[in-house]
Amino acid sequence: MEISPFIIFLAAIFTSNIVLTNFLGMCSFLSVSREIESSLGLGLAVFFVLTFTTAINFVVYHYLLIPLNLIYLQYIIFIIIIAAFVQLTELVIERFSPVLYYSLGIFLPLITVNCAILGVSLFMIIRNYSFIQSVLYGAGSGLGWLLAILALAGIRSRVKYKYVPAGLQGAGLSLIITGIMALAFIGFSGIVVIQ
Amino acid sequence: MTKKQIFITSAFTENSVWKQILGICSALAVTNIMMNSLVMGLGVIFTLALSSLSISLIRNYIPRRVRMMVQTLIIASYVIIVDIFLKAYFPEISKSLGPYVGLIITNCIIMGRMEAFAAKNRPVEAMIDGIGAGVGYTLVLLIISFVRELFGFGSLFGLQILGGWWTNWSIMVMAPSAFFMLAILIWIIEGPLAARRSARKV
Repeated sequence: MEISPFIIFLAAIFTSNIVLTNFLGMCSFLSVSREIESSLGLGLAVFFVLTFTTAINFVVYHYLLIPLNLIYLQYIIFIIIIAAFVQLTELVIERFSPVLYYSLGIFLPLITVNCAILGVSLFMIIRNYSFIQSVLYGAGSGLGWLLAILALAGIRSRVKYKYVPAGLQGAGLSLIITGIMALAFIGFSGIVVIQ
Repeated sequence: MTKKQIFITSAFTENSVWKQILGICSALAVTNIMMNSLVMGLGVIFTLALSSLSISLIRNYIPRRVRMMVQTLIIASYVIIVDIFLKAYFPEISKSLGPYVGLIITNCIIMGRMEAFAAKNRPVEAMIDGIGAGVGYTLVLLIISFVRELFGFGSLFGLQILGGWWTNWSIMVMAPSAFFMLAILIWIIEGPLAARRSARKV
């Protein structure tokens, strides 16, 4: 794999956006996107956690699991690392910056079960990325997720005042908006290609 | 509730996908081919049934504060079994499912059933509830992938159904159609219910 890390970074944001092409992190994507403010908070938290857990998981996988021949334990190890990292971040933020804690802290527990975090770590293993590539892939995916949830929240805050057929209200409509966004993002697909 | 009622409730009336919008990551990702959907569904049924059973068996011994962690670890162990089994016997399918088998761990349906049902009920009921939720999930996957594979490839389970006159709709294989199909499915099921609800209110 000799793709420039910067290209991976761009591709993770636009052409293979983690939500719009890989469908990861949908649960919180749909449920939190009611307001722009909370979407921004969750998006930033996902970006932060994603960047660091991808780096940690890379190191653990290549320098611990492979030498010890424990690759089949990767799921358990990854999920423990993610949960521990989230918990740790929560403690540190609470201790040093109460202001940040109140705006970001409530979203942190949600992140452990966000499949985007585990998904990015697994994609990084499957695609055989190097360390730099993995970190930029994690950061790019986080930014892509932030971009997508902000866009959805913006659209939803407008749609609120319009007539929507009863059966489509809530999740149905959000899915259709996301589908249209995914269609629009296909327009980027000529720029850069990974995989 | 009888065992049959438990099953029907968790599979149909309270279906996790269209009623509670849980676990849709994988419901969207693997549904362009029916075979993948079926395998994924069976994996989820297996994981749900056995982790419901295990959690329910030890439900009185788990300290409240660490129960999420215990549940996640139990789920992850069963997912590893599914993953190794697929790699050993169905390497092709395992490769095309990619990371989505591992992502069963963070599938919110499983966590949801553990919290809502298995942690409070007896083992047999918990297992039936788990199987029910898994069957409901598989059903949704099969419905969506039926449409997507038929229009996208002209085939069902890899068998060519539509002849040479059929032009494949490549959009059906791509990501946006998954969102649209799920939205339409929710609309078809929820529409009449919502109409009945508002009629009763008037």
